[in-house]
Amino acid sequence: MSIPPPTAQAEQPAIHVHGLEKSFKQVKVLRGVDIDVARGSIFALLGSNGAGKTTVVKILATLLRADGGTARVAGFDVATQAADVRQSISLTGQFAAVDEILTGRENLVLVARLRHLKEPGAIADDLLRRFSLTEAGARRVRTYSGGMRRRLDIAMSLIGNPPVIFLDEPTTGLDPEARIEVWQAVKELARGGTTVLLTTQYLDEAEQLADRIAILHEGRIVVNGTLGELKQLLPPAEVEYVEKQPTLEDVFLTLVGAKAEKEQR
Amino acid sequence: MNRHFLGDTTILLGRSLRHIARSPDTIITTAVMPIAFMLLFVYVFGGAIETGSDSYVNYLLPGILLITIASGISYTAFRLFLDMQGGIFERFQSMPIARSSVLWAHVLTSLVANLVSLVVIVLVALLMGFRTGAGVLGWLAVTGILLLFTLALTWIAVIPGLTAKSVDGASAFSYPLVFLPFVSSAFVPTASMPGPVRAFAEHQPVTAIVNAIRDLFAQKPVGADIWTALAWCVGILVLAYLFANLTYRRKIS
Repeated sequence: MSIPPPTAQAEQPAIHVHGLEKSFKQVKVLRGVDIDVARGSIFALLGSNGAGKTTVVKILATLLRADGGTARVAGFDVATQAADVRQSISLTGQFAAVDEILTGRENLVLVARLRHLKEPGAIADDLLRRFSLTEAGARRVRTYSGGMRRRLDIAMSLIGNPPVIFLDEPTTGLDPEARIEVWQAVKELARGGTTVLLTTQYLDEAEQLADRIAILHEGRIVVNGTLGELKQLLPPAEVEYVEKQPTLEDVFLTLVGAKAEKEQR
Repeated sequence: MNRHFLGDTTILLGRSLRHIARSPDTIITTAVMPIAFMLLFVYVFGGAIETGSDSYVNYLLPGILLITIASGISYTAFRLFLDMQGGIFERFQSMPIARSSVLWAHVLTSLVANLVSLVVIVLVALLMGFRTGAGVLGWLAVTGILLLFTLALTWIAVIPGLTAKSVDGASAFSYPLVFLPFVSSAFVPTASMPGPVRAFAEHQPVTAIVNAIRDLFAQKPVGADIWTALAWCVGILVLAYLFANLTYRRKIS
């Protein structure tokens, strides 16, 4: 029940996955996954816990080897051109991959130096500013809140402007305000032309962010399309008139929103 | 070898050294136990131990230095485990860097940290009356053996660092290594031990290394012990390095 991509694109996709298979011991986690992600788009891979989302991301980030199938990222084969793939990607894993003992700025400088860039200090200062971390830049990451940590994590992934970024469950464990901060960062990325593949188990996150959404279930992509296309898979909604109640999230954000803004300064 | 290997290793070494500089307790913790052993054996048991040497501190120090290293290397497993746990290891692995530099940075950090601990122990021993007439060459030889021993044990430590499921698991492997000097010539001459124990003590690496260092400090001819010691160190190093890299490759494929 896969939906074909809307228009035939002249350029090759940023991520092309075909027939990807992976087993851990006896358990077949991926049973032939097919994905195409257009350049500069945000693609959400949805699935429940243990569906294999992280496995897909790890294979694409050259951290795991697939048992079967092909995967190309930015035009490079993940199995045979791993070094070129690594040059073109950044991975933000499920747990904020930051160094707790270093300061925020030192984390950014470290990654910039490992990417062999000139002026790592200037790059770090620029990113601290873009992610509203300038004040916290000189503090050790251990003292950061979950949202700040995630922002730093994503900032670290932007260094060197890799054309493809993987975000594995970027908002798991974050409070609502921090989630919105992360969403804004991701949207800004895509606006800059970066291709983003994100995994999530939150349906609203995919709705908010993604140009296309694929659902991974029992090792296969069971559906793949835009939000609109996905909604058409179900019978048209019945129109009902319901008094619009504020959601708990609306209430929460209204009450604490002012405080959050003050903290950001 | 990747052309960035040296540069990347240096950058990551700088990171780990910064960790140590910010939590010097790892060096203090490493040094406390060997110092306690040294005080205990010199001032409590030492009087009753017949070593045939005029000063028990002089007799004891080589073994204490090895215990220091055996406990110090568990921090390599610990730090590596934290990297694996926190996800920064995966970030490094997904970056365009020389992948082996991630491990080498930890190994070199271990050499630096252990060297600092060893210097602390030697200074304490000097306060307790340790004396040696060894010249520059003698000290260089001792330092070389100790660094080689550290290198070999550190590569052992890499294995639990990569595979452990918990912090305790990552450092538990070092207990038998710390215990090994007790069944060697480190504290008492092996001649005083009963048959099977003595046979084990005389044929395990610590005895050869301790004897070699002791002779170097005493400016005696070192004889075959130094070659046995070097053979043990290089043998352990090669095996541990191969196993660690095998574990590593399995981890990242």
